[in-house]
Amino acid sequence: MTSASPHGHGGAMRSLPANHVTDELLAAYAAGTLSEAESLIVATHSAFCPICRDAIAAFEAVGASLLDEIEPEALSAGSLESVMAKLDDLEDLPDNVVRHPSAKTAAAGSDQGFVLPEPLRSYVGGDLNDVVWRPVIRGLEEAELSVSGPEFNVRLIRVAAGAAMPQHSHHGSEYTLLLTGAYRDSSGRYARGDFQMADGDVDHQPTAEPGEPCVCLIVTDAPIKLTGPVGRLLNPFIRY
Amino acid sequence: MDNAVAQQDVNAEVARSLAAIAFIASDNAMTQEPVAREPKRQDPLTPPELVALVHEIAERRCKESFQELFGFFAPRVKAYLMRLGSDMHQAEELVQEAMIMVWRKAASFDPAQAAVSTWVFTIARNKRIDAIRREKRPEIDLEDPALVPQPEALADGIVEQQQHARRLKDAISRLSAEQAELIKMAYFADKAHGAIAEETGLPLGTVKSRLRLALGHLRKELKEESL
Repeated sequence: MTSASPHGHGGAMRSLPANHVTDELLAAYAAGTLSEAESLIVATHSAFCPICRDAIAAFEAVGASLLDEIEPEALSAGSLESVMAKLDDLEDLPDNVVRHPSAKTAAAGSDQGFVLPEPLRSYVGGDLNDVVWRPVIRGLEEAELSVSGPEFNVRLIRVAAGAAMPQHSHHGSEYTLLLTGAYRDSSGRYARGDFQMADGDVDHQPTAEPGEPCVCLIVTDAPIKLTGPVGRLLNPFIRY
Repeated sequence: MDNAVAQQDVNAEVARSLAAIAFIASDNAMTQEPVAREPKRQDPLTPPELVALVHEIAERRCKESFQELFGFFAPRVKAYLMRLGSDMHQAEELVQEAMIMVWRKAASFDPAQAAVSTWVFTIARNKRIDAIRREKRPEIDLEDPALVPQPEALADGIVEQQQHARRLKDAISRLSAEQAELIKMAYFADKAHGAIAEETGLPLGTVKSRLRLALGHLRKELKEESL
């Protein structure tokens, strides 16, 4: 029996992420109570991560168990009849069946070279090459994504290889999904598919590894708080 | 000789089981007396019975099977939607839409991926998000070529998926009353953890850590038992 190295450096092209979405977020995604912005980053991480897909399936099964146990609510009279009558009209519609692919078919198609998986690719309106970047500070560019709901800011950032982000903490929650390259902060190393959650307790300075630019999907619900000696002075100008 | 007899016994046993399944699948809806089940209040259909009903809908567009599925799920889905804040009228409308979706998508139901009740739950959940939030729900696309596949073949077979439901129910029933209540609120109240904290009078950190504990427990339970 050979076993793949868990991080797969240089070896397997597609290693599994080492840093996962928390159970609370996965369960809320399964329950359907997450905002669109949070759902986007959870679902995109899960495209990289069969482990989290399994967990979502398990949490959907939890929802189903609760549904089984719920005290049923009687339907109004004629409800069934009205549905049954509609079924006849539907029968002539074209079959719009989407089958779940086996792991194999997904694997067979996995070499078409998309950098961004769905659902993120649809939000970007193309792959990574199609992103229009806007410079922010030296070594950092960003592209805002349009997602409904005013409470979250959703954007892609691109950090030049080897560049350090300003030292910062957070007024709210910050979710990061790493898409290309890798970065390190005091908590460890993050590579493609890894998910990091930070809040006011986390004060970090993510630094991109040399080699290739580091592209991340970032979801925040409040501006970051610069904590470096120079950064502090800039806080009044920071939107996110 | 003995072996041959034993083999025959096994074959007969298998044949009886298959006949029973076929009976459930084809005749259940026609008979007024349902197949012998324990006479419990709100006696739920068993997972294999539900699978048989969905297959009947997919293969034969069987309306009797649909009717039975409707009788089981529609009142539950309605209760679920009302718990989440829909009024009578909206809940009724969404139940009907969800059940029509069950009819139309029956052929895409894969018993190796999920139990029927899980499948119906996700349909109802998505209907609610579409209707109430007017937001998109970003979904994982299992057909996406950029998806990282499972490293080895999926271990779970049809039987296992269908047994999960039973195990989960047991695991949930073993949670403390408080943990079970938190889980229910997380699924049925559409509330952020902050709001749950307010309602229960618990500090936010406590809500989060207890919920995390309960979820981790359920997940671990499922994982261990399916190995």
